[in-house]
Amino acid sequence: MTNSIGEIKDCDYMLVIGSNTTETHPIISIEMRKALKNGATLVVADPRKTEIAELAKVHVPLKPGANIPLVMTMCNVIIEEGLYDKEFVTNRTEGFDELKEATAAFTPEAYAGVIGVSADTIREIARGFAKANNAAIFYTMGITQHTSGTTNVLAIANLSMLTGQIGKPSSGVNPLRGQNNVQGACDMGGLPNVFPGYQAVTDPANIEKFTRAWGVQQSEKVGLTVGEMMDAAHHGDLKALYILGENPMLSDPDISHVEKALDNLEFLVVQDLFLTETAMLADVVLPGASFAEKDGTFSNTERRVQRVRKAVEPVAGKADWEVISEVLTMMGYPHEYCSASDVFNEMVSITPQYAGMSFARLDQGGLQWPCPTADHPGTKYLHEGKFSRGLGKFTAVDFEPPAELPDEEYPFVLNTGRRLYHYHTGTMTRRAKGLNTIYSEETIEINPADACSLEVGDGDTVKVSSRRGSIMAKANVTKRVPQGMVFTSFHFSEVAVNFLTNTARDPIAKIPELKVAAVKVEKIS
Amino acid sequence: MSITLTINGQKVTVPAGTTVLEAAAQAGIDIPTFCHDPELSKPGACRICVVEIKGMRNLPPSCVTTVVEGMEVETESADVVEARRTILDLLLANHPEDCMTCQKFGDCKLAEYAYRYGVRKASFVGDKSDFPVDESSAVLYRDMNKCILCGKCVRVCAEIVGRSVYDFTSRGFTTKVAPALDVGLGEIDESKCVSCGSCVAVCPVGAIVEKNMMGKARPWEVKKVKTTCPYCGCGCNFDLNVKDGKVVGVTSNPSSEVNGRHLCVKGRFGYDFIHSSDRLTRPLIKKDGEFVEASWDEAIRYVAYRMKEIKEKNGSEAMGVLTSARCTNEENYLMNKMARVAFGTNNIDHCARL
Amino acid sequence: MADINLTINGQKVTVPEGITVLEAAKQIGIDIPTFCYEKGLTAPGACRICVVEIKGWRNLPPSCITTVAQGMEVETESPAVVEARKTILELLVANHPLDCLSCEKSGNCKLQDYSYRYGVASQTRFEGEKHEFGIDDSNPYIYRDLNKCILCGKCVATCRAVSDRNVLDFAYRGFNTKIATFMDTDLKDSTCVYCNRCVAICPVGAIVDKTMMGKGRGWELEKKEVTCTFCDSGCKFDVNYKDGKFMGVTAKSPDQGRPLCLKGRLGIELIYNPDKSELPLINKDGEFVETSWEEALGIAPIIEKLTAQKK
Repeated sequence: MTNSIGEIKDCDYMLVIGSNTTETHPIISIEMRKALKNGATLVVADPRKTEIAELAKVHVPLKPGANIPLVMTMCNVIIEEGLYDKEFVTNRTEGFDELKEATAAFTPEAYAGVIGVSADTIREIARGFAKANNAAIFYTMGITQHTSGTTNVLAIANLSMLTGQIGKPSSGVNPLRGQNNVQGACDMGGLPNVFPGYQAVTDPANIEKFTRAWGVQQSEKVGLTVGEMMDAAHHGDLKALYILGENPMLSDPDISHVEKALDNLEFLVVQDLFLTETAMLADVVLPGASFAEKDGTFSNTERRVQRVRKAVEPVAGKADWEVISEVLTMMGYPHEYCSASDVFNEMVSITPQYAGMSFARLDQGGLQWPCPTADHPGTKYLHEGKFSRGLGKFTAVDFEPPAELPDEEYPFVLNTGRRLYHYHTGTMTRRAKGLNTIYSEETIEINPADACSLEVGDGDTVKVSSRRGSIMAKANVTKRVPQGMVFTSFHFSEVAVNFLTNTARDPIAKIPELKVAAVKVEKIS
Repeated sequence: MSITLTINGQKVTVPAGTTVLEAAAQAGIDIPTFCHDPELSKPGACRICVVEIKGMRNLPPSCVTTVVEGMEVETESADVVEARRTILDLLLANHPEDCMTCQKFGDCKLAEYAYRYGVRKASFVGDKSDFPVDESSAVLYRDMNKCILCGKCVRVCAEIVGRSVYDFTSRGFTTKVAPALDVGLGEIDESKCVSCGSCVAVCPVGAIVEKNMMGKARPWEVKKVKTTCPYCGCGCNFDLNVKDGKVVGVTSNPSSEVNGRHLCVKGRFGYDFIHSSDRLTRPLIKKDGEFVEASWDEAIRYVAYRMKEIKEKNGSEAMGVLTSARCTNEENYLMNKMARVAFGTNNIDHCARL
Repeated sequence: MADINLTINGQKVTVPEGITVLEAAKQIGIDIPTFCYEKGLTAPGACRICVVEIKGWRNLPPSCITTVAQGMEVETESPAVVEARKTILELLVANHPLDCLSCEKSGNCKLQDYSYRYGVASQTRFEGEKHEFGIDDSNPYIYRDLNKCILCGKCVATCRAVSDRNVLDFAYRGFNTKIATFMDTDLKDSTCVYCNRCVAICPVGAIVDKTMMGKGRGWELEKKEVTCTFCDSGCKFDVNYKDGKFMGVTAKSPDQGRPLCLKGRLGIELIYNPDKSELPLINKDGEFVETSWEEALGIAPIIEKLTAQKK
């Protein structure tokens, strides 16, 4: 997030794209409700009529994958009507002419059908967004889990820069992170192309810096992403894999492919709380420690680094950081840390965004990075006065439809997401009595019109199949989903929807297109 | 503009618009409250916070009385104490004598104030409410016989959570707080309750309590450890309640920067997995297709040996690491070193894309 | 002494011969509830809350007076045991003032702890008469509400352990049974010396330290243990603080040979109470009167001599 959660209540225009906020980020939705109470306008673009969509002044029932047309037509209107922030565009951006050219074709009339709303509505929301004092964009996987994920994000950046709705309080671009420490995992260099603190592995200066810091020659070759690692394992190029607290056997697209890949490895280590579907395939399983059993920090979606505190002893005797450092030591790279704080201190010494942080400071309260010095108060919102690269660059983006669209054989779009009561692959929430009592069985959401034509009643069992596999579950006949779409979550191993999803990936970010797959639906009973 | 007033003989200077209650708090003087909550609208209903103000005819509730220059306030005068005692006496007259096993006892404002003002047994005799207990929710237990009708649950649900699940129903002695049509809270299709438990966090008495904490620990027996939620990216903080080395519950910690006292159903009620019997307790090594338990030492040695062997045979590019968006920064940093230092590759990723 | 091997709740334990099942369980961290049992005093085995199930035994024996035997298989929380404990608690609660709201003992009361532990609600299935004893508020140190007494008898035993005291005993019969002084007088008119041995040992709110009433609930007080140095007995006391403020001195249950006394308690208070404006009260000819600290602590003659020496 370029803004902070605490700034949301002061937004006067909120554009929420592809985020089921009340279910996936309930506390953020509380802040949005505060903004609504203060008179803000809420526009929600989502194929489904989610609860946040019900709260909106305008709900754009976006057709799957139509993010670019929506954002680009908005840019078109804003440029055509001269509503863009000329001062901001002149002083802080470059590439405006290219953008103007690229948007020319995106007239509301031309794309209203593709988007799924009237041209007037597009004009209305474009004007509202541009004229607002503090407009903020919020998005989650509805934007990113597409083959066009990267271009979707670039389009959003175009819109925010064009209107100057970035780099100030309550106004900016706010991807809402779905997992407790996905921000931190990225910050810590848990990515194939960057060292901790997003320092590119391709930059010789960084290679030198980290080679010196760690005493081991670093490689400038960008590594493989999850999906690419699975492919490499499949081909026999990747031989050994160490997985910490992940369950790709349920979370990754095309599970059969993942299983074959993991089976093909020479050596697989899985460190987890439970004997998960993935751990079952491992050669060695190391017991993990839950958040209650160890010290450390998490970084939330607004870049706030906060303390995790040990409340009880690790069930298996060791915290994960201890296990990892022991493996490192045993492999011939001695790592003697007495505490999580020791690890943190080493990390901050080479991670500029975290440089001013320490456990002592964090014990007084969370700090938002960048926090470069020990007396820096942290940063509430990003890009004030200057972007990281200097001038903000507009990108001419074009519309690319999703990789797999419905056809005669597979006439439905399968959309996936989350539920309020569960989390990720359910290893934690399915074991929480209260949660599993309230929401004990996963269903397939289907529109009444489709249900009627398939003669499926509420609670009937249906079989949903794609080119990659099939699953069965009870139908939940609801107007929440539009006609031609079915929806379910990936929390339940009984309804492992990722048997169906498409591994087609965004060419840059390598994110799989989990939001759109072509499926067929059959009634079983 | 600032206002100077006297509270219990102490001079206090506060900004104009401050309430007497807030001014007193600033001077370190604790005035009891039931219906007041700094985050919610102020009905001034319960009257337990009344004070004596020189020149005023009656005893005004301090939570809705704003300060005036030169005001002279007494927060524990004989009249004030008598009024508070009468209010407590009346509340106790229709309160179950259930402190012995009540989950709230030890953290209950009614008990705290009754003790503070020495109100032992209610002197008023009369009807007692006999509402059925609402056990329909999987996570909340509602006993409206203990409710003192402060209305904070009604307001927090309407004003903060934005759902208005509760409201006052009926009239007079039969008044109670209930979801629409008095359905059980757990009938979520009708009640629309999302089990976030913000009502638990504000309830001053034992009328709404966490079902899963009942019988597990008294408030004074638990150690509270503030930590960060392991679920979504909001980064809410809360207190893990620990007794005898086990997590027995989650309670709000008002000092949480992101969420204050508010949590979602997962954060507040999703901790059972910590002590699940399915948890792995020993390392496992697969031998002939079967997992065999091993010591930490054996398992770590074996992992290191095999990893080194494969790296030497096939080179660094045959190695990979999947780190975790669920684990701490420190662990992710070390996994990054696992890949880049021990394995010698940039083949590291995690499920950010999922 | 031979070692005995037995199993408690499936856990193997080896203990010396002659110890009780209760003690053996304690050794391995298993907590069995007790009311009338007190280490150092004769175990009457009366309250039955500590009953356990032992394989092959006909009934549920009280663990506090059952010695371990080779190969014994004990269950401390089996359904039968839990049912028995619940019934005992229900019967006790049926004749107990439901006064936890303001009871001084709340938070530190065994009856409350066990009722919570076994889910015994205030409204039990037993209904009947309740005691209506008068409250003994006759003196400045001990407040006795025998309506709360569960007749465990520990006050009687601990008082009797100091030979010259022996103030309390059981009186009357059946439902009317109560703990009383000789002739059932108030403490003021008895031979009580307010050593507070009974206060320190009472598991419920029947005998409480009057000087602490209204000063803070059990969980709000921070306790600091101190050893008295007024004589060579070495009795222990707690100095109680709330929010860092001195609240009072309370007696700790004494080990054998440590008598506890009022003088010691007042002496500790003199040391730790920063505000000693209140003078101690002592019983003179049947009435409590304020007296000097020197007199209360029995050091007046010494001070006199010292003053004389100085001159």
